Amino acid sequence: MEHEIAISLEGICKSFGSVKANHDVSLEIRRGEVLALLGENGSGKTTLMNMLSGIYYPDEGTIKVNGEEVNIRSPKEAFELGIGMIHQHYKLVEVLTAAENITLGLKGGLTVKRRELVSDIRALTEKYGFELDPTKKIYDMSVSEKQTVEIIKVLYRGADILILDEPTAVLTPQETEKLFAILHNMRDDGKAIVIITHKLNEVMSVSDRVAILRKGEAVATVRTSETDAQTLTDLMVGRKVSLEIERPDVDFEQKDFLKVVDLTCIGAEGHKALDSVSFTLRSGEIMGVAGIAGSGQRELCEAIAGLYPVKGGAILCRSDTSSGEVRENIVGMSPTEIIKKGVAMAFVPEDRLGMGLVASMDMVDNMMLKSYKRGKGPFVDRKAPRAMAERIKDELEVVTPRVTMPVRRLSGGNVQKVLVGREIASSPKVLVVAYPVRGLDINSSYTIYDLLNQQKKKGVAVMFIGEDLDVLMALCDRIMVLCGGRVAGIVDPREVTKDEIGLMMAGERREEEVG
Amino acid sequence: MTTVINFLCAAVLAGTPFLFGTVGEIITERSGNLNLGVEGMMFMGGVAGIAGAYFYEQSAANPIGWVAAIIAVVCSFVCAALGALVYSFLTVTLRANQNVTGLSLTIFGTGFGNFFGEVLGNKAGGYVVVTGQTKEAFSVGIPGLSNIPVVGKLLFSYNFLVYLGILIAVLAAIYFSRTRSGLNLRAVGESPATADAAGINVTKMKYLATCIGGGICGIGGMYIVMVTCSGVWVHNCVNGYGWIAVALVIFATWSPRRALLGSFVFGGLSVLRYYLHLGLNMAQSQMYDVLPYIVTVIVLIVTGIRQSREHAQPASCGINYFREER
Repeated sequence: MEHEIAISLEGICKSFGSVKANHDVSLEIRRGEVLALLGENGSGKTTLMNMLSGIYYPDEGTIKVNGEEVNIRSPKEAFELGIGMIHQHYKLVEVLTAAENITLGLKGGLTVKRRELVSDIRALTEKYGFELDPTKKIYDMSVSEKQTVEIIKVLYRGADILILDEPTAVLTPQETEKLFAILHNMRDDGKAIVIITHKLNEVMSVSDRVAILRKGEAVATVRTSETDAQTLTDLMVGRKVSLEIERPDVDFEQKDFLKVVDLTCIGAEGHKALDSVSFTLRSGEIMGVAGIAGSGQRELCEAIAGLYPVKGGAILCRSDTSSGEVRENIVGMSPTEIIKKGVAMAFVPEDRLGMGLVASMDMVDNMMLKSYKRGKGPFVDRKAPRAMAERIKDELEVVTPRVTMPVRRLSGGNVQKVLVGREIASSPKVLVVAYPVRGLDINSSYTIYDLLNQQKKKGVAVMFIGEDLDVLMALCDRIMVLCGGRVAGIVDPREVTKDEIGLMMAGERREEEVG
Repeated sequence: MTTVINFLCAAVLAGTPFLFGTVGEIITERSGNLNLGVEGMMFMGGVAGIAGAYFYEQSAANPIGWVAAIIAVVCSFVCAALGALVYSFLTVTLRANQNVTGLSLTIFGTGFGNFFGEVLGNKAGGYVVVTGQTKEAFSVGIPGLSNIPVVGKLLFSYNFLVYLGILIAVLAAIYFSRTRSGLNLRAVGESPATADAAGINVTKMKYLATCIGGGICGIGGMYIVMVTCSGVWVHNCVNGYGWIAVALVIFATWSPRRALLGSFVFGGLSVLRYYLHLGLNMAQSQMYDVLPYIVTVIVLIVTGIRQSREHAQPASCGINYFREER
């Protein structure tokens, strides 16, 4: 059965300078249907939807809402047409309550009638099956609750066309399922829903139709029930792609490179950010670290790198000397000493630049950050880092006109390649990578996975802190699950299901441990 | 007993310019603009207030004290608001650095006040002074009620500006906590991008809050000239009051209600030396001047330990908003 068309886009073009973000895109969004907008990074998904939500204005083409041609010039005009977009970065005021955030900017009486507002919101949450306390402050909320506030915010404003930009990026598998159930409730209520994503499994489970964008052009629209993940990937990338992530076996003797014993750290708010964390990291393995955002991943990385004060426990790093192997406790050492012991860390924070690279410096200077102290005399040596920058650019296919371009001007994926490449170039014994594929598309992600596998084969002990459970389960030899700063368990990804890991992330402890 | 009552009255009188400055700056900072030009705006308001009253007295055949007082309030508000308007234009529209712009406004306002103060003085032949009737309007308490023993002195003996200041603080508190527009303004100060996405006109809110806040600071400057200096322009009369107001904003943790308390406590500390004689010599008596700052430090430490998110500076304060910067 064909549903009523809510929005139709015809021949939409949008350029930023010389870059064509969208070219001649035509698309239909129907009521009572979940449409997935699938595409790699930079394929123009978000740009296209931003034209519906009034953030951008198309250069060419027409937008019709309910059959009538419209001009959407601001988010406000989009709201008036019933279009609501939930952005990837939530736009909420932290110190206000959920209810206050929801009513923000709305017309109404002089005063805010909080009681009526709260009961209105409760009615809305019950209708679609949300769980939310409208009087809770945003800063007390988990990521998934914040997302709920965002969704209710657009519903409260009477939106019947909802656009969600990468809504599952920060959710646990269970939360994702709950969200999908709610999306289906809203769909059955006759709302039109668009979900922007590059995760195939989600497309398959939530959508009714899929529209695929590639390099700014709409390449196909298919019914989800009539397609499969492989076909979609090929359409998205434009050529055959293997979806398999390799997990090579190593044939040398694996040694314990890093032994963490009862590591405890106190967080900024006085709680235990890490609570008696113990594990062993071996050469020639990739150990994955899973957990919902803020479970202690960042503190663990920083504690190993010597950047975070350690309250208790030890981090023992193995080094081979002439008199045999010794274990040294690196707790209390300065970051420079720890780097000299062969521990390298590449942390990609939410804003992708905040830690590790200096945005306004070029690739050469960023390479030098780690090497300038080695030079003799007052002048720095630029030749070696320059050669290294060139090498990384060639080997990792970093797209930049020249290595002297400030890294801020590089796209996200390329910045991450520079960061990971530099850490690998120092030939470490222990490599800690956190979110290296954050926000990257399939192609760039696979380059990074290959890099990590190469390191593993070289005998490096790799710790991989990731968000995507499917990737962790395919790539890693072992997975440590963190929950609220504690180790919920260390499991063999070949022996557990995604749901089991999801439950552990959410706080259910698993007693038996492997490895 | 009389000393205590006298001290409390003096504390309120001395604290009122702080109150105007603090509440004005709270309104400004709640919109995300850290305007360090309070001192300058107080100078501008001060000189405009006395100039307005003076010129009215010169031109009217039979000047009435109350009319002069109202003209002084309006002139000081408008002149300081104009200073804040320049600040808003530079920081909101042109996105200049807020600290630098605020400091420039302080330097500009100080010069502006002293220059026109001297010009007026020269024109008036020596120094500029308002008539006795106008001075009277700036000093009388509420007729009748102020004659009640003790209570009358404590509650009803002040000049109208004290009550105006308290009224502004209470209204500001209600505005922030109860009204829709106040909620929107808080959103602008906390997260302008969120406010913008919610359809709030960020630029308009910032301009309005900064100009109204600046105008209120200006009334504080006029208070110093008309009440503290008894209607005479004294060179450099504001003398750091604006800076204490900026510090008091932190003391008050951006709440107009606590600004009331803070202003009067600071007012009390600044007149303490006349009521509490500790028999100190000249050097030791400098301790009185240090007291307000010690109290500020203690309050900062206490609020720092509490680390409550609501009592912190608005998150975007000091940062200019540019929609296309993502």
